[in-house]
Amino acid sequence: MKTITLPAEETLLTSLHAGDRVLLSGTVYTARDAAHKRMIEALERGEPLPFEIENAAVYYVGPTPASDGRAIGSAGPTTSSRMDKYTPKLMDEGLRVMIGKGRRSPEVIDSIRRHHGVYFVACGGAGALLSHCIIHAEPVAYEDLLAEAVVKLTLKEFPCFVGIDSEGNDIYEMEDEPARR
Amino acid sequence: MIREVNISDITAVVKAACQEIAFDYSPDILKKLHEAKDAEPGIRSQAAMEMLEENAKIASEERIPICQDTGLVTVWIHAGQEVHFTGGSVKDAVQEGVRQAYTESHLRASVVSDPLFDRVNTKDNTPAVVYFDITEGDQVRIELTAKGFGSENMSRIKMLKPAEGLEGVKDFVIETIRLAGPNACPPMIVGVGIGGTFDYSAYLSKRALLRKLDDGNADERYRKLEDELLEAANQLMIGPMGLHGVTTALSVKIETAPTHIAGLPCAVNICCHACRHKEVVL
Ligand code: SF4
Repeated sequence: MKTITLPAEETLLTSLHAGDRVLLSGTVYTARDAAHKRMIEALERGEPLPFEIENAAVYYVGPTPASDGRAIGSAGPTTSSRMDKYTPKLMDEGLRVMIGKGRRSPEVIDSIRRHHGVYFVACGGAGALLSHCIIHAEPVAYEDLLAEAVVKLTLKEFPCFVGIDSEGNDIYEMEDEPARR
Repeated sequence: MIREVNISDITAVVKAACQEIAFDYSPDILKKLHEAKDAEPGIRSQAAMEMLEENAKIASEERIPICQDTGLVTVWIHAGQEVHFTGGSVKDAVQEGVRQAYTESHLRASVVSDPLFDRVNTKDNTPAVVYFDITEGDQVRIELTAKGFGSENMSRIKMLKPAEGLEGVKDFVIETIRLAGPNACPPMIVGVGIGGTFDYSAYLSKRALLRKLDDGNADERYRKLEDELLEAANQLMIGPMGLHGVTTALSVKIETAPTHIAGLPCAVNICCHACRHKEVVL
């Protein structure tokens, strides 16, 4: 299993193939529906985004509040297709990596291909397990959105699969590989 | 004989139920998840099932919610007609139970006040959807579910023509499961409501999700249809996480009601493996 540290070099991202099982470490920013809407509105007004988007990674997640002594609460992926409408614009601005669950639109797949990005899929409904792989969380913007705020996360060996690789291959269109028993 | 029930008991039951289901799968689902893991022939699907099992363990032991989408709460109050509620408003008591659970147990507030214009988070996951039902006797039966929207969003309803019959129902259910695909966090649990009116079939499809996984329909014809639909769903090979395994659904449950001579309403409420519900009798 490959370990990838984010933000990652383009050559590393383009070496990944749909279906690869990987562990992600490093920096990602949380953003889901409401935060995406605000970021796009900010761009339309010519205002800066709340974080450096160049080569950035976004995780589609709205975690539960952290209980005492923990970095974060339950934190599994949300359905990525709700962000499809906003994604090509953010990729044009520099976004390269996304983590979520579910299929993406042809426009997003095209954008991933053009910008040599990667879409990773994490296990939906495994928020408790995935919270163990998030070691730090720091609020960045839109705190009034509560679970939908933008938060800078530090991942440590966060398990996922390459969902759509930089050539546009899609894990959901592939057969599974037989398990060795 | 009139029996008095203080509404504070309702608050306490609703609160405890919300807290329990956020962290603990019901044993029937846990058992099915375990069986499904062993049945998966593919590397990725097997890995997905392993993560789900490990997740269940961590959630329960460390009291971290199974899923970050701790859902929109729906509550049914089945009140015996011999019951007299004391101490205030039953409706408020239900909402108070939800409020306390979500704010005190670090559950996610996922409700916005207005669906279209404001979309401002209410901060305590209220209001819950509440249904009241009058029954015989002097008991109060409370059912509660907290439903995530990744799967709720993939639910569908269709007003079939009576002539479309059984095949029409089968096709619509399977098509809905296929369209839900990886978005609904498979393995799914599928609730089907057939009959009634447009709205009542949807209501029935949600009620179907409250049943235990091994609890087949009492009518043999529908029980057979549940089994058939489950098999057809699994033949779609959507699999855990949508990674093309053999377990697309853990269960299909059907609820029915009499309907109009001109209609065959069919609603499919898709739920993920995190199908959280609880029943308590006061
Ligand atoms: S569909 Fe279910 S398991 Fe998936 S994110 Fe939503 S609540 Fe969680």
